Amino acid sequence: MTNPATEYAVGQRVGDARLDGRMVVDPDSGTDLLEVAMGPHHPSTHGVFRMDVALDGERITRLKPVFGYLHRNHEKLGEGHTYLASMPYTDRLDYICSLTNNWAYALAVEKLAGQEVPERAEYLRVIVGELTRVQNHALSVGFLIQDMGASGTPLMYAFREREKILDLFEALTGSRMMCNYMRFGGCRVDATSEWLDEVRKVVAGLPQFADEFEQLLCTNEILMARTQGVGVLRPEVAVSAGVTGPALRASGVIYDIRKVDRYSIYDRFKFKVPLGEHGDVYDRFMIRLLELRESIKILEQALKEIPGGPVMDPKAKIRNFRPKAGEAYGRIEAPKGELGFYLISDGGPNPYRYRVRPPSFVNLTILEDMCLGHNVADVVLILGSVDIVLGEVDR
Amino acid sequence: MKTLEEIQAAIEAAVPGAGVEILPNPAPSGQHSLRLKPETAVEVAKFLRDDEELALDYLSNVTGVDWPDKEIAEKVKVTRPVTKTVEGVEQTAEETVEETRKRVEPGFLEVVYHLFSMARRHGPVVLRMRTGNRSDRVELPSLTPVWRSAEFQEREVFDLYGVVFKGHPDLRRILMWDGFKDHPMRRDYVAPDDFEYEPTPHDEVLARAQAHRATQQAAAAPQEGAGQ
Repeated sequence: MTNPATEYAVGQRVGDARLDGRMVVDPDSGTDLLEVAMGPHHPSTHGVFRMDVALDGERITRLKPVFGYLHRNHEKLGEGHTYLASMPYTDRLDYICSLTNNWAYALAVEKLAGQEVPERAEYLRVIVGELTRVQNHALSVGFLIQDMGASGTPLMYAFREREKILDLFEALTGSRMMCNYMRFGGCRVDATSEWLDEVRKVVAGLPQFADEFEQLLCTNEILMARTQGVGVLRPEVAVSAGVTGPALRASGVIYDIRKVDRYSIYDRFKFKVPLGEHGDVYDRFMIRLLELRESIKILEQALKEIPGGPVMDPKAKIRNFRPKAGEAYGRIEAPKGELGFYLISDGGPNPYRYRVRPPSFVNLTILEDMCLGHNVADVVLILGSVDIVLGEVDR
Repeated sequence: MKTLEEIQAAIEAAVPGAGVEILPNPAPSGQHSLRLKPETAVEVAKFLRDDEELALDYLSNVTGVDWPDKEIAEKVKVTRPVTKTVEGVEQTAEETVEETRKRVEPGFLEVVYHLFSMARRHGPVVLRMRTGNRSDRVELPSLTPVWRSAEFQEREVFDLYGVVFKGHPDLRRILMWDGFKDHPMRRDYVAPDDFEYEPTPHDEVLARAQAHRATQQAAAAPQEGAGQ
């Protein structure tokens, strides 16, 4: 029975019918395709993100990522502020890893202005950067297990470890997530020896956590059945699509910017770059666990070698900072891939152009190719294995 | 890695008439760039990717830059004959005067590509392309067929700057919504009047409130001669 006041049948919606899951006929295949919008409020998307998918039964035949819900024109804001005033905004890009965002931006400005960084500051940057990588990788693996249906408990293992690291960040920078710690030519505050002892304690406990977490992943039969052979990314496609970070190395391409560019002081540490073989979801997560172990090695070396001295270049100019006209592109190996900042200076106090090259955004280019032919339930895992943060995708 | 001059020579040898130009960068970073002509850009890009020695297989960053019309005031020395009367006798002498002349340098949109090599681990090589102007000649060739990673980033440049990429497989807005007009990253972009009621406006908010009221009144005022 229809309501005469509104004239539509029960179950239908007025307005945009696309979200309704209406049936459309694909003239080529002759079968009925179901168009579904996964998101923007879907728990697996880790933010406000939508995938417009066309389904043939359970199988994905088309998938278009739609984003921009969190867009605040970060780059325009950067053009309206002084160089230093943009530093706190970079925390909000990838809000899981604010310290590596700070680092990439500081590195680009230092390239633009030709600034030096004191040795102790470089060590502090490496320590906080690798701690960030540990907590990011732990979290992304935790969310994988969560997305697969193991609600709560396994994720809390990751959160427990992250909590310890965030406490360290709070003690050092005053904030757990929005750290705003780095400056052009050094770091904002020096670390006390007590803080370094605390870090040593936390790092000493990390290998045990890694063992425990790896066991959870390697010996879980359900997890292996769900992830192995799913979402395979071939190496040549990954290179062409600009995929970087753990997702690229899981496909067997050896490219780690810490090794390639040898920025900061990464040439002093001994660590390996783990490589995957199959390029599937399982490999992408195993790579993260192996990288977590390598980060622990770097942390141990850095904590042993850290020298005394200033944390800011005494010649660095804080007020009235105006780099000479020119441009620079600086990049680091952020936990999610290559994070780059491209700056053009016209000699003024604000950058003429301020561009962020976010790893999550570029890694999404290939999402459709990885998902085609898989079931709807696998899309959740494939998206999780790319490891995106919407603050960075939408900017 | 080859120097930029060597790369330029290699491109000219492989793609005759490529017309690649080196743009110097005075910053300490020393990342100079190559300016490509739009007509030969795709061929040059394919050469850069497939050449054994360069092997620039990884396109990292694609972005736009807006360079609006620039008014340039130049001081020019002009010499012209001047007639003077000295002690009742007319004399013609030459005088040099400084004059300020203004000219407008037309603006353009620029697209910047940062290339690296994963196989040979070098880079960056910076490519640039410029549009004819900022209004009706904004077409540039898309490099998405050469490097897949340009797909979303070129869509972003199209969305925020308004550069139209020929040959792009799916050129739609990506960060702004489909019905949006204008390109917000352009330097002359004016944000829409989205003022919300504020009981005690002050400073900047007061200025926005007054501007908002003025437009509201202008819209509400009856047209002259209307209703008679």
